[in-house]
Amino acid sequence: MPMTDDPRRSRTVVGLLVLASITVLTLDARHDSSSSPVDALRTAVGSVLGPVEKSAAAALQPVTSLPDRFGDVHDLRLDNQRLQATNRDLHRRLNVADVIAHRASEVNGLARFADTSRLQVVAAQVIAMGSAQSFSRTVTIDAGTADGVRTDLTVVDADGLVGRVLEATRSTATVLLIVDAKSTVGGRLGDSMELGFLDGDGDVGNTSSLGLSLVDHTVTPRVGDSVVTWGSRGSTPYVADVPVGKVTSVHSSPAELTQTAQVDPYVDFSSLDLVAVVTGTSPGRSGPDLAAGNAP
Amino acid sequence: MTRIARLVVVAALIVVTVTVQVSIFSHFSLSGVVPDLALIVVIAAALVRGPDYAAAVGFAAGLVLDLAPPADHTAGRWALSLVLVGYLTGLTKPDGETSVPGKVTMVAAGAFIGTSVFALTGLVLGDPGVTVGSALQVVPRAVVYDVVVTPVWLPLVLLLFRRLQPAERW
Repeated sequence: MPMTDDPRRSRTVVGLLVLASITVLTLDARHDSSSSPVDALRTAVGSVLGPVEKSAAAALQPVTSLPDRFGDVHDLRLDNQRLQATNRDLHRRLNVADVIAHRASEVNGLARFADTSRLQVVAAQVIAMGSAQSFSRTVTIDAGTADGVRTDLTVVDADGLVGRVLEATRSTATVLLIVDAKSTVGGRLGDSMELGFLDGDGDVGNTSSLGLSLVDHTVTPRVGDSVVTWGSRGSTPYVADVPVGKVTSVHSSPAELTQTAQVDPYVDFSSLDLVAVVTGTSPGRSGPDLAAGNAP
Repeated sequence: MTRIARLVVVAALIVVTVTVQVSIFSHFSLSGVVPDLALIVVIAAALVRGPDYAAAVGFAAGLVLDLAPPADHTAGRWALSLVLVGYLTGLTKPDGETSVPGKVTMVAAGAFIGTSVFALTGLVLGDPGVTVGSALQVVPRAVVYDVVVTPVWLPLVLLLFRRLQPAERW
């Protein structure tokens, strides 16, 4: 069936396609608050494309793991054009070695973190990242329900809190980063033990920060204070006492009831690589939920 | 090539493009902005085959972008954007072979329309991540990055769509 250039037919086709798009939009409109009929389709596509993304990320890993700072690379190129030509091979090997060394230190950091905090974790690698054009900060990791990952588990890396699991397929999972505009984390100021809420600013650039609003508005956070997670009941979606970030500036406006502060997250979200999903807490960890709970 | 085989090739192209966009180009993002390879595929389809074919490719590619992990926005938003991009590009393209500056202009205009429609639907649906300020930051960057990758990516997909054209058209 050859496609014709008949404008009337063309308008019909496009009209139908626009209608189809709007139908999908309408069906999925309640996606954030409750389950939508499109979720099943999303999971199905995820189960197929997740492994594809995983192998693509693995295949191009030596290239994509190079320090991806275009500015730096550009400057280096101007300075070292001649040297680079002679040392290209050497550089490539060196870069890959750097990545391996870096990853080894990340694994050590994660192992130490899990060890000192008595958390059971599943290590995972980031295999895909949402773009700024989609206005959301989400990533795909290569661990899924087969590894014990399920919705609403905490995701950390060696530096601190990364986010929580939104959706998990068999072999991959989607993680909502704490800097996404939809994310709110309960936080505790390390120095005064005061509680507050950390909201992602949804900044699409790499300069994301979190807005901290304290529950008790008489308390003023101090610049340099560290913030850790407050922890949720049953440790989902957030386990307690994971480092989140540091207070960088404090604002108080008479119009607002609460003091707000900007918190700079410890995790560098633009270069996320190895993360860990907290699947449980080891016995012996003293937490109010575990101590008071009547778990079998 | 049979009609089924051509469909399979286009489907494979869409899946590969989306995978490359989310898994590989995410490492080369400029302040979070990644080149819209899928959008360029839709524009190539419009340049070779015209508005209705491009709108259909746009719908399929948009739906995959909407559903492939780590997407978490309301599904259908990219589908709607890319249907419009495909249709409008197909309508406005000059008859015959498009010049190189013409193709670049098509990509820039398509990127502007596509990312703007996506941002607008977010504003209408109340997506907390979309604000007028963030859209004004993202849309121009997306246009620039799409134009930057066009010389490499557009000729490749144009070639593929020309090969896929049914013989009766020649």
